[in-house]
Amino acid sequence: MLTEIDKKLIRLLQEDLPVVPRPFAALAEQVGLTEEDVIARARRYHAEGLMRRFGVALRHREVGFTANGMGCWDVPEERAEEVGRIMATFPEVSHCYQRPRFDGWPYSHFTMIHGESRDDCEAVARRISAATGITNYRLLFSTEELKKTSMRYFTEEA
Amino acid sequence: MHLDDLDRRLLTIIQSSFPIVAEPYKQLAETLGTTESDVIERVQRFKDDGLVRRIGGIFDSRALGYKSTLCAMKVPADKLDLAIEVVNSYPGVTHNYLREHEFNLWFTLITPSPEYMDKVLDEIREKTGCEVHNLPALRFFKIKVDFKLDKQSPTAAAAVE
Repeated sequence: MLTEIDKKLIRLLQEDLPVVPRPFAALAEQVGLTEEDVIARARRYHAEGLMRRFGVALRHREVGFTANGMGCWDVPEERAEEVGRIMATFPEVSHCYQRPRFDGWPYSHFTMIHGESRDDCEAVARRISAATGITNYRLLFSTEELKKTSMRYFTEEA
Repeated sequence: MHLDDLDRRLLTIIQSSFPIVAEPYKQLAETLGTTESDVIERVQRFKDDGLVRRIGGIFDSRALGYKSTLCAMKVPADKLDLAIEVVNSYPGVTHNYLREHEFNLWFTLITPSPEYMDKVLDEIREKTGCEVHNLPALRFFKIKVDFKLDKQSPTAAAAVE
C-alpha cells in the first residue's frame, strides 16, 4: 500500500532528476526523507514492479529511429496467445497487445515497429507475417506526432 | 548531434538502468573508465541538445491502479483542428498521432479510474461530435522502451511509456 509520502516521492521521481553529483539527496530534501530512505524506496518501487525502469527518456527522432509503424494484425482468437508471443520476440517491436475489434476494424493485435525508415518497418512487418502466418495486416505510419509526454501519476488534476 | 563511442555506451546504460545510488555519476564513471565530471558534462550535453527529454522513473500504470487504453477516431478534415485540441487538452492523453487511415487519430489515455476514463471519452465525443473507439488491451505481450545505441547499426531493442 502506498502512503502519502510514497505518492509524494513518486511525483518527484517522475520529474527531471537534477544533473548533480548527489541527485537523490536533492529529492530527499523536497520530500522530507533521508537520502538513504529515498534510494531504498525507489529501489523497492522498481523491485515490486511499480516502477518499470528508471533512466533517461530519449527523443527517438533525434537518435535515428525516424520511422514508427503501428502494425495491426487480424489474428484468429484461437491463435491469439501463440501469435502474440511470437510477435513480442522481434527486437524492433516495442509494444505488443491484443485489443478489441470494432465495426470496420478487423485487426486484433497491435505491434509498434521502430526503424530507421518506412522500408525498414515494412520489412520487419513482412518477417512477422512470415513467422506467424498472419497475412491480413496493415502498417499505419504516423504523419504527425501531435502529443508525446510522460504520464504524471498522483498529480492533482488526475 | 555527434555521439562518440563513450556517449553511446553511456546512453545505453542510463536508458534502462540509471544507477539508483547516492552518487550515480561516480558509479557510471567507474563502469565506463572515465571521471565523474566527464559523465556529468556528457549527460548535461545530451539534455542541452535535446537528445534526452528527461531523467526519471517510468511507472507502471496498472501496478499503480490506473487504467490505460488506446483510442481510435475517424475525424473529418474540417474537424481535425478541434479534435486535436480537445484530445490533447487532457493530461492523461500521453501520445496522440495522426495516421494514414480512415481511422486517422490515435491516442493513448491513462486515468486513475474506469469511471474517469468513461467521463473523458464521453466529453471528447460530445465536444467533437465524433465517435471514439476505446480499445483497452485484452492481452499484454510486450512493453519495453530501450534502444540499443552502442552498436554501429542501431536496432530498436524495444520501446515506450
